[in-house]
Amino acid sequence: MTATIDRASETAAPSPFAPPDETVTDTPRVLNSRTPDDALSFWGSLVGSGALVWLLYTQILPFSGRIGFVVCWFIAFLVMYAGVTAMGNPRNVVVDRLMSAIVRSGALFVFGTLATAVVFTFMRGVEALTNVNFFTDDMAGVRPTSTLDNGGILHAIVGSLIEVGLAVIVTLPLGIGCAVYMNEVGGKFSKVVRTIVEAMTALPSIVAGLFIYTTLIVTLGLSRTGIAAAAAIGVMMLPIIARSADVVLRVMPGGLREASLALGASKWQTVKQVVLPTVRPGLATALILGIARGVGETSPVLLTSGASTYFNANPTNEPMNSLPLFVFSAVRSGEPLFIARGFGAAMVLLLLVLILFIITRFLARQKVGRR
Amino acid sequence: MTAHTMDPPESGSSDSTITLPPIAVPSALDHLPPPHAHNEPIHAFDPRHPEGTDQHLGGGTLEARAVSAWFGTNKVLERVSLEMPANTVTALIGPSGCGKSTFLRILNRMHELVASASLAGEVLLDDQDIYAPGTRITQTRKRIGMVFQKPNPFPVMTIADNVTAGLKLNGIKVHRSDRDDIIEHSLTRAGLWKEVKDRLKEPGSALSGGQQQRLCIARSLAIEPEVLLMDEPCSALDPTSTRRVEETILEIKDQVTVVIVTHNMQQAARVSQKCAFFLAEMGTPGGIVEAGETSQIFNNPVDPRTFDYVNGRFG
Amino acid sequence: MTSTMVDPFHDIAPDPEVAREIDPGLPREDKVFHLVARAIGIAVLAIMGAIGLFLGAQSIPTFARYGLGFFTENQWQPENDTLGISAVLVGTFTVALVALAIAFPLALTTAIYISEYAKPRAKSMLISLIDLMAAVPSIIWGLWGFFLLQPKALHFSHWLHTHLGWVPFFHVDTDPEAASWAQSRYTASAFIAGIAVSMMVLPMAAAVMIHVFGQAPIGEREAALGLGSTKWGMVRTVVLPFGRGGIIGGSMLSLGRALGETIAVVLIISPAFDIKFRPLEVGTSTVSALIAGRFGEATSAQLSALLCAGFVLFIITLIINTLAAMIVSRSRSGAQE
Repeated sequence: MTATIDRASETAAPSPFAPPDETVTDTPRVLNSRTPDDALSFWGSLVGSGALVWLLYTQILPFSGRIGFVVCWFIAFLVMYAGVTAMGNPRNVVVDRLMSAIVRSGALFVFGTLATAVVFTFMRGVEALTNVNFFTDDMAGVRPTSTLDNGGILHAIVGSLIEVGLAVIVTLPLGIGCAVYMNEVGGKFSKVVRTIVEAMTALPSIVAGLFIYTTLIVTLGLSRTGIAAAAAIGVMMLPIIARSADVVLRVMPGGLREASLALGASKWQTVKQVVLPTVRPGLATALILGIARGVGETSPVLLTSGASTYFNANPTNEPMNSLPLFVFSAVRSGEPLFIARGFGAAMVLLLLVLILFIITRFLARQKVGRR
Repeated sequence: MTAHTMDPPESGSSDSTITLPPIAVPSALDHLPPPHAHNEPIHAFDPRHPEGTDQHLGGGTLEARAVSAWFGTNKVLERVSLEMPANTVTALIGPSGCGKSTFLRILNRMHELVASASLAGEVLLDDQDIYAPGTRITQTRKRIGMVFQKPNPFPVMTIADNVTAGLKLNGIKVHRSDRDDIIEHSLTRAGLWKEVKDRLKEPGSALSGGQQQRLCIARSLAIEPEVLLMDEPCSALDPTSTRRVEETILEIKDQVTVVIVTHNMQQAARVSQKCAFFLAEMGTPGGIVEAGETSQIFNNPVDPRTFDYVNGRFG
Repeated sequence: MTSTMVDPFHDIAPDPEVAREIDPGLPREDKVFHLVARAIGIAVLAIMGAIGLFLGAQSIPTFARYGLGFFTENQWQPENDTLGISAVLVGTFTVALVALAIAFPLALTTAIYISEYAKPRAKSMLISLIDLMAAVPSIIWGLWGFFLLQPKALHFSHWLHTHLGWVPFFHVDTDPEAASWAQSRYTASAFIAGIAVSMMVLPMAAAVMIHVFGQAPIGEREAALGLGSTKWGMVRTVVLPFGRGGIIGGSMLSLGRALGETIAVVLIISPAFDIKFRPLEVGTSTVSALIAGRFGEATSAQLSALLCAGFVLFIITLIINTLAAMIVSRSRSGAQE
């Protein structure tokens, strides 16, 4: 930081405004309003409260347990921090420091929890993940007591990809087309469409699954197949995708559209050449987040596709397993080795979502670069 | 009276260095005494401010020393030095983008709210550097108040609560009776009391633009600042409101030092006793071209660029 | 047309009081474009509408058969022809409210931290992290809740019961002071399921809050800071009042999501169909857990009852979401004043 600024000041043209007082240097100052009092109060309170709570908690009072210790430490820290600050500061500074500590701890707690979920899944799944066959094999003929070097989740990975792929092929054009209709064509009827789409985002995913189960499987008598699962995922995703595409299109500045129309372009040309390219990064981000939701959701596939054990790449025939469903059934089986496989599959699922997510970040960054 | 910590180049010198861009005047000339110092009667236009009565007044002396500022690696201010004496109104004038607003925001540490911002130099309030390590930023801003370009009363608060918002934010407890006194006193000083005394319970956003701006001035005055910075306070107001704000400025200057950024030459001439002309030329950082008594800057500028600007030739 | 139009280019205007019909004069490709776009819109409407209508239609026989008893009966015993959703509705709300009670303060502090306290460079990364957290599959939170959280949380439940058991809400039907207290009485509870669900819905609430906090006008922020306010003073006087709609709306959105959560709840709870307001105690059920647990062996009549339960859940979620959207959008338009 300092180095770049120095370079900038050197390349700047020589200035006529040289100060009379040459003792003041022209290098950036540290802009820090943190006083030593701030830092000392914080660390002093942290250490002091920790020591006090340790003494009371473990030595004097009959308490035990790490979580209880941390909670007590936190409360003691807040009290001590407030007390120490109040000795030399007005009330508003005390409140400011206290709230700062609370706000920071809250955020730390949330991100810490997210980290525990990821690390925990990894730790429990690593045992299964270290076997190559876990990624290349299916579970056909794997007995509950078979060790982890038998069987794998290839069928679930492929099943998830096929089901979500099918759902995306149908819902993506429908969702984007619907958003384009609502924003670029408009009219009274489009308001009805928007209202219904927004209402359907409230549809719980299990109800979407139940709808497909009742119509396709019970009423029409189809068997539980990849197609049925894809339909359930699609029904769940369609309002989400249409709505997020709508939101992205809606925030596009209207001036751009009018500029294109004023140049004599047709509406379709405007949509194709101006609107969609402009919103593409935002659109892509919204869509991929919708897809990530589709990949991870368990309840629609729970109702519509059987938890098969064997590899099946044909969505129209035979049951097709998927990652969330595999995790669910493996964990529910209660067999330790199956639970280990379940965690392994959960980690794969998490990685899949992470990959989708990294793609969205990449697309979002492109947007910044193009500006 | 130290009118100039920043000395303008001698008149006509820029013509002799014509091969360089006009801004690149040899710095050796900068240390010459101000050429006009002997032919201007200093207090001619400011009878209300006799020398040596500073102790009775509430204002503080603000002094910038060699202040440079950056946004990221882009330098926007180059070694600006200016003294803003107690209980005077100092106007900062200059074309858009010359760094005068940045300079003003540096004077009460609002500059560093921008993430990429950095600065060099010192800003002294009554000889104490407000950027010194360990200086509490909230204390500084309490002593050096600010009125912004756009009126910004807190919309969720009543008029009365807006006036006392600064007290509350600074954790200053006042008695109920004192509170009413402070509200009346501050609104009176800001020239708003008569208009709003019967509607103190209405939200601040219910007032007109000019009234809102005076409410903001009252809000700043309620915490008794030593300096009041005003960033184009009238640019969003109609002429009548502008005049009321200008009257307010002239009335409060006995209690508080005022520094005002303005694009309006007439306004600068009407309200200020001292004036500094900022300029940023050809991608160079902004700086002060000329500073001095307002009458001198307007009637008898030393630098030809100042002459051009105050006569509306550019900017 | 209320005002007379003056057209300087025509001495004889056709009739100034009658608005002319404007021929859009669309090029052919635009006619096709409109046609296709409208067709897609109609298709989406048809699909969405069909689901809504289907759910509504399927509910009719159930409502006709059980009447209002469907809402007051707590047992789900289709074999005895007694079924109702009062217990699962209570369970659904218990889990969702526990989730909201945990998620709300955490989402609020996280949003304030990201929006106001985090360094600008960290800010965009932390927002991404919140988005990522929202994308974590619910089954992951289910595993987390069942395997990692439950063994620890039941001690907390026990502690709450021991020290706050006189509050009916924290009561559990067992003796907390027993030498070997019954751990199983504290497992598989609405409380533990609620914690897992809270982590799922928290990022949603936080994202909405971050968004509205970011829209708090810079002018008022600077006004507060310029008066010498501390950071928290600024947050309390400017950011929080401005973001109030977003705080409420975001929380309601996450409540709507919490009501429909299935898999984490199914993994954690053990099904029970009595109406109770003791979230720390073992056993509860939610509408979505009921559907997940009973669809397999359901006859078509039972399926209709399940669809009816799902329809009720959908309507409740819809009402909450609509209210939330209204609150959020009203707070935004109010901010523009």
